This record gives sequence, C-alpha cells and structure tokens, in this order.
Amino acid sequence: MRTSVFTRGTTAPPPRRAFRRAVVIAAVAALGAGLLAGCAEDSEDASSSPSSGGGKGKTTITVGVFGAFGLKEAGLYDAYMKLHPEINIEQTSIERNENYYPQLLTHLASGSGLADIQAIEVNNIAEIAQTQSSKLVDLGKTAGVKKENFLEWKWSQGTDKSGKTVALGTDIGPQGICYRKDLFEKAGLPTDREEVGALWAGDWQKFLAAGEKYKAKAPKGTSFVDSASGLMNAVQGGSAARYYDEDGKVIYKTNPAVKDAWDVAAEAADLGLTAKLQQFQPSWDQAIVNGTFATISCPPWMIGYIKDKGAEKTEGKWDVAAAPKSSNWGGSFLTVPEAGKNKEEAAKLVAWLTAPEQQATFFAKRGSFPSAQAAFSLPEVADAKDPYVNDAPIGKIFSDAAKNIPVTVVGPKDLIIAQNLADVGMLQVDQKGVSSEDGWNAAVKAIDNALEK
Amino acid sequence: MSGTTSKSRTAAPLSEGGAAPRRVGGSGSPGPVRSERRSRLYRWDLKWSPYAFVAPFFVFFLAFGLFPLIYTGWASLHQVELTAPNDMEWIGLRNFSRLMEDEFFWNALRNTLTIGVLSTVPQLLIALGIAHLLNYRLRGSMFFRVAILTPYATSVAAATLVFVMLFGRDIGMVNWVLGQVGFGPVDWENGEWTSQLAVSTIVVWRWTGYNALIYLAAMQAIPNDLYESAALDGATRWQQFVHVTIPSLRPTILFTCVVSTIGATQLFGEPLLFNRGAGATGGANHQFQTLGLYLYEQGWVNLHLGRASAIAWTMFLILLLIGAVNWLVGRRLRKSS
Repeated sequence: MRTSVFTRGTTAPPPRRAFRRAVVIAAVAALGAGLLAGCAEDSEDASSSPSSGGGKGKTTITVGVFGAFGLKEAGLYDAYMKLHPEINIEQTSIERNENYYPQLLTHLASGSGLADIQAIEVNNIAEIAQTQSSKLVDLGKTAGVKKENFLEWKWSQGTDKSGKTVALGTDIGPQGICYRKDLFEKAGLPTDREEVGALWAGDWQKFLAAGEKYKAKAPKGTSFVDSASGLMNAVQGGSAARYYDEDGKVIYKTNPAVKDAWDVAAEAADLGLTAKLQQFQPSWDQAIVNGTFATISCPPWMIGYIKDKGAEKTEGKWDVAAAPKSSNWGGSFLTVPEAGKNKEEAAKLVAWLTAPEQQATFFAKRGSFPSAQAAFSLPEVADAKDPYVNDAPIGKIFSDAAKNIPVTVVGPKDLIIAQNLADVGMLQVDQKGVSSEDGWNAAVKAIDNALEK
Repeated sequence: MSGTTSKSRTAAPLSEGGAAPRRVGGSGSPGPVRSERRSRLYRWDLKWSPYAFVAPFFVFFLAFGLFPLIYTGWASLHQVELTAPNDMEWIGLRNFSRLMEDEFFWNALRNTLTIGVLSTVPQLLIALGIAHLLNYRLRGSMFFRVAILTPYATSVAAATLVFVMLFGRDIGMVNWVLGQVGFGPVDWENGEWTSQLAVSTIVVWRWTGYNALIYLAAMQAIPNDLYESAALDGATRWQQFVHVTIPSLRPTILFTCVVSTIGATQLFGEPLLFNRGAGATGGANHQFQTLGLYLYEQGWVNLHLGRASAIAWTMFLILLLIGAVNWLVGRRLRKSS
C-alpha cells in the first residue's frame, strides 16, 4: 500500500495520527492550564485550607511562627486540643525571622497566604502596630483577655495609637548574666551567684572592672564576655527610650542611653575583654560548646539556647546572676489577621495561649519568661529552679529583673537600627579594631542609608 | 505556505524521507469534499500546532518572567515600601539617580566584580584542566565524571555552611593547616580580600565540575584524526592541548564565560550564608556584599521595594551590557577564524 510511504515521512498523516496529535496538543494545553491554575489557586489555598483541612468536621487553626517558637514544644497546642476536641491546631515555622517577617508583610498586603495566627518578634512590633493594624483583629476585645494581666509596657507595645490591641505578648526577655562558675573560680573571682551579682550591681562600669580582674588571671584561651555587640544590646535594653522618642522621632544619634551602651561595649572591646565573636554565628556556637568565654547576657531563652548548643558538656558549669541593671532582650507577640478564615476561634486560642496559666507552663517547659505579670506569682514561675544552671532560682531572678524593666518605647525600624549598630558598627570595633568613633560613623551611615525611603 | 500547497498538489511523486513537511492532498481519500476539509484542517494544524507546542513555555514566561520584569521596572520608578506595597508614589528616575551617588551600591558593584573575577577565572581554568584529564582513556571514567559533578548537585546552603566552618577564625581547618606550616591565623571573614577569596572558593568548588563536564562534552566532539595527525607531526600532549583542543573549544569556552559571568553577577547565596548571623550586610564593613545581597538588603531587610527594584533593573542592564560585549567578541572570533 502507498500508505507505508506516507507514514514514513512527509505527507498528510492518516486520520489516526492526526487524532493522536490532537490528543497530545490537548494534553499539553491541559497540563499548562492545570499548572497555571494550580499556581493561581495556591495562594488562595493557603488561606482556605485551614477551614477545610482536618476532616471529621474539625476546625483547623493554623499558626505561623519563626524559629523554634516553643508553644508547640511546650505542649500547649495539645492541651488546647484536649480541652476543645473540635479544634485542630497546625503550626508552620520559618527558621529565621528575617525571612519570616517580609513574607508576613507581603501576605498581609495581599490578604492571602496567612495563617489564622501569626507571631511577631518584638523588634517588629511597632511597625506592625503602626502600619498593619487595620489588617489585624482587635484582640483587646476578645473574651477572657485582661489588660491588667499583662505588663503595662508589653500591652502598650501591641496597641496602636487608636487604642486597638492587635497583638498579645507571649514572653519577654528580662536579662541576667550567665557566668561560667569554673572559669570564675580559676580567675580568682567569687562564684556564688549573690556575690557575683554584688560584684557589679547597679553599674555596667563595675561589670567592666570585674572583667579586668578576670582578664588578669584568666584561664588561657578564654575571654570575659562573648561579644561587644551582645554587651551593647544588654546595656541598651535597660533604657526606656532607645532609638525613637515617644513621638516616633528617630533619636538614636543623640540619645545618651544609646551612646552610653556604645561606650561601655567599645571600652570592653578596647580592654580586650571580648572573645570578638558575632552572636548566632557558627563560631559563636562553637565557643559556647568549647567554653571560651566566661559571661554572656542571659534572658531566660538564652539558657535554652546554651542548653541546645552546649548540651551535657557544660551542664552544671553555668550559673545565673543578676545583671548590673534590669533590661529586656527579646520577646514575642501573637496576632490574628483579619483575612484569616477562623478569626473568632483563632482569637480565642490566642487569648488562651497568652493567659497567665499557659505562660507559666510556657516558662516551665521552654524557659520563655511570661509577659503576663499575673503569672509571676504562680508556682511554676515563682519556684522555678534550673538544674542546668546549678539549680539557680531562675523564676525569682528573672521576676526581679522583669519588675524593674522600664516601659520601653519601640519604633518601626528598631530592628534595622539595632542590627546595623551591632553587626556593622560595633562589630568593626570589636573584630577589626576600628576606633570607636569610626565604628559609630560607619553604623550611622549604614542606618541613614537604610532608613531613607 | 499556502503558495506551496497548490504547487505540491501537482508535484512529482513522493520520494521518501524529505526533511521539510510538505503537504500533498487528496491521495487515497474517498471524496473531494472530505479531502478538502481534511486538508484545511491539516493546514491549520501545520500552521498552528508548533505554536501550541511552544505555548506553555511562553505562557509561563509571560507570567513569571516578563510580568515581574515589567512590574519591577514600574516599581523602580516609585517610592514604595513593603509595609504597604500597593501604596506607590511616583518619583521618576530618582531611585536610579540615587544609586549613582550611593556608595553602598558602588561598593557592592566593586565586590561583585572582584569576586566574579576571583571565582570565574580559576574556575574555568581548573575546569579546562580537569576536562582534559578526563578526556584521556582512564579506568572508571564514569566515576570521576559523576564525582566532579557532585559539588554542583550539593545545595548552596549546605556547602556554604561547611565552608564557613573551614574558614573559621578560631576553630577552622584552613587556619589549622596554615598554623601547621607556620602562618598565623587569618581572620577570613573580616579581611577585604580574604573574605572575597573565601566566598570565591565556595563558588569555584561548586561550579568547576559543571564547567568541566561541558568542556569534556565539547572535547569529545573533536575528531580524533586531528590529534593523530598532530601526534604524527610530533606534537606533545601539551602542544596538542594548546593547538588542537583549545581552538576547537573556542565557542564552548565563550559560552561558559558568559554563563559564569551571569552567575557571578547574580551571586547571592554564598555571600549571604557566609555571614549567617548578620543578614545581608556582607560583613562588618560590607566587604563581601554583592549586588544581589544589596538588592536583598534594600528589599527584604530595609523593606524599600522601589529602591530594590531599581537595583534589580540596574543589574539587568549590566547583564544586557555583558551580553552585548559577548556578542561582539563572538563575532570577532568567528570572523578571525
């Protein structure tokens, strides 16, 4: 037949081939369309799945957090699900807040892809409260939320100018000083936590003096404090106003509190008291494990961090003393976006999670210190001792510190200012031996560039 | 196309195996009407099905390539913040003119250039050498080929984190080795050159194998008689490499240069992760902040979408420039050969 010639090559295909080709085209088109549709649906999916997911008629509440936030690890979700069998809680976590936060902003702007509950880091809270409050539910009106339970300044940080409370605090970071008992002993310093605290009580300059004493007889290869930037943040955290004044004006350049903190840290670097490390870098982690520095400013969550990194190797060698002055480092908030599918249920969950009882559990299990002052007197907090740090009465130490933390003024670009002061300016002074003045100028230049729109 | 149709209707009997699709109507079909319809269908098919086949790519390109590109261009002419991305204020070319006097931008551009040179040049030279070695008949060549490609298959994050450890100041293997031969510890991250060298090392490590495989493929296409006649003329292995292999590889080398340059211009993951703790600053003194990092810092740390878009478009223009230079060089090369 002639068809054999046709099929070989160049001419009109017999009907079957045409049909096959049509099928292929259709398939390709369908695939393309399907993929596109899949992409288009995706964003919608993320916000709608919460309500549809879970099955068995349960309501699924999604929680978006950064890092190892701890609510889940503390067993609080499980406890809530036991109390409310109709609720299912799912958590998604993004490792670093730098990645989590911009994504959250884009999701808030587009009103999609949001979890029912979104966590906020303290350095971002002012920006959220000031620019995003219209997209967030007023949690102050949720049943069971009591303003008087919370530390006043924590409550006001999550409240916008019109008095709408868009974020409820989970934890705060009152600081102590964690110190290596064994190293202190070798360097001829006192080791008892009361005496250590007395060594520098009330004045960061005394802390530097203790550092010089340590340095004089320091065990080989160790330094007094981990990093100048860490020290600077610790000092800064004790002042009411840092980078912004109450009217929202940027004042870090002229604020004496910031300058004081800078000077203390620069002096520490200058005196050679620091290990010249950068916090949360691998080499800093290694130094924690190898015990090459003797002190670190220590909010409760830092003890957890040291535990995670140093593990059993340093158990019992660390202890906690009071810091020279009370200050705060870190802490987080929970919000409920308006675009979420289960706003009411989510708000109820937030109210429950931030209630004093749960915050006390959170502290007992994870070391995140309650932002609800009503929790301070609960036995989980008041009587807390941690065997890892020599059975130090951490509940009492941190409660005392928390009570003296001033009402801190937060501003929208706190994070950027803090980051550039620490990771550009002070890091140059500490690691590169740049003069205090040059380091400060470098930081100011970077911050000016970052703040300019 | 339609012109050929009438011609081919009367065309000579088919010879088998013609290359171009040419249509012949009517043969063996029962009626003239049906055949007419089928031929029309077929013509339609012939004309449009290629477009249908390439359509998915272009649909995706429009959605995820062109649209973002244009939107970014649009955003670069506005003052717009990530906290309110829909709230745009027209400022014309202000974002671009500001870049001209932005010392952080120039610093990033300079770093991108030096890191690009520090990584691209050794990378391609080593790749060429490795490809030449692999081109010899050797036992287990498959194993070596797979082995040199493994760095490329490793994720940037994993590789960089290992290198961060290696280049550690206090407890790092590189410094340990240096210490063994009597050099003091080097602060890899803080030095201007040392940090760029360290970042380049990661890039070289990751991409050398990939380029080597491309070279190897091109080398295997070089006819063996060239080598045989060169050998007969008494050329050594080295002379063969220089006078036979390299000239034959010219187009391939040009290709890898272009691809590597584009990669170097967009360098991002390695410097970002090299200083994991400090976000996108690229070191205390911005000493290894590349354009990619600066773009990221402006957009996702400082939340200035407009400024970030301007940087993105500037990078795009730089790449176009590189493309143009490459095209000129390529034309010169073709002419000269």
